[in-house]
Amino acid sequence: MASAPTVDAAFLDKDGNPLFHLEHEPHHPEGSSTMLGFWIYLMSDCLIFACLFATYAVLGGNYAAGPGPKDLFDLPLVALNTAMLLFSSITYGFAMLAMEKNRVAATQGWLAITGLFGLAFLGIELYEFAHLIHEGATPMRSGFLSAFFALVGTHGLHVTFGIIWLVTLMAQVAKKGLIPANQRRLMCLSMFWHFLDVVWIGVFTFVYLMGMLR
Amino acid sequence: MSAHGHSHHDDHHGQAPAHGTFGSYMIGFGLSVILTAIPFWLVMTGVLGDPQLTAFTIMGFAVVQILVHMIYFLHMNTRSEGGWTMLALIFTIVLVVITLAGSIWVMYHLNHNMMPQMQDMSVHDMSQMP
Repeated sequence: MASAPTVDAAFLDKDGNPLFHLEHEPHHPEGSSTMLGFWIYLMSDCLIFACLFATYAVLGGNYAAGPGPKDLFDLPLVALNTAMLLFSSITYGFAMLAMEKNRVAATQGWLAITGLFGLAFLGIELYEFAHLIHEGATPMRSGFLSAFFALVGTHGLHVTFGIIWLVTLMAQVAKKGLIPANQRRLMCLSMFWHFLDVVWIGVFTFVYLMGMLR
Repeated sequence: MSAHGHSHHDDHHGQAPAHGTFGSYMIGFGLSVILTAIPFWLVMTGVLGDPQLTAFTIMGFAVVQILVHMIYFLHMNTRSEGGWTMLALIFTIVLVVITLAGSIWVMYHLNHNMMPQMQDMSVHDMSQMP
């Protein structure tokens, strides 16, 4: 009676042979793991920024007798840039609230406003970069400027791709409406967009504000 | 999938991302504006006087603002995805702290130990180097 190890009936198939896998995979609806997967992508992106911040922390003082942060940075412009990104965060939040209420036009409107704030941010940043390069403060000038352009430029590239993604999703919503797949995509972009704002907090604190204190 | 099926699945996996309300977004936005404006004001006016004290203060504001964004905009909590998002976040924070603190610590000591020696080195010392 006790000679054979007892096996739970749930782990036997119809003929009584032991099963080493579940007969039926538990049902996972399409896209149920997307949010977690996207979060893990964001965390890996966070590590890229951590490396760039570490590079800036190490090289940020190496001016090579060139211009330093106090000669180059214009804090009112940075404050304006920060405001643009912060406004775009809250308008994206409003887009998500409109999406939950299934209001397509309101969602599209708030997404468009978010995109415009994002473009304003990029425009100001490109103006700042052009101004720096015009003054001879190119990435090749010093270790400080190489690290600065690498860090702030990578953030700007992320915003650029965020805007491209935003426009793509607006086209998708216009074509197919707020179907579950599009809602999922909008939620991913929401996380991406707010994540970029979190990175920008680090940029304006460590690069711009603390640069002025050096 | 029917509406019922959708809600059923949300209940079971607890994966429905927590959504904010208008109120929570506005609280997050208001806090962010305050937490951004104060550091800019501190640096632009230099009201604290001591740069080091100002630097530590604005770093504190940055940490608090990052937490505000995490809670009110990214809707972080310990329950979403059965705690896996929080675990991934904690793991990432550990790696970020090691990367940042390690780089700064090592490179500061490298500069500290190398620089005076390099500066003190006269031509005479150089000639004795292998």
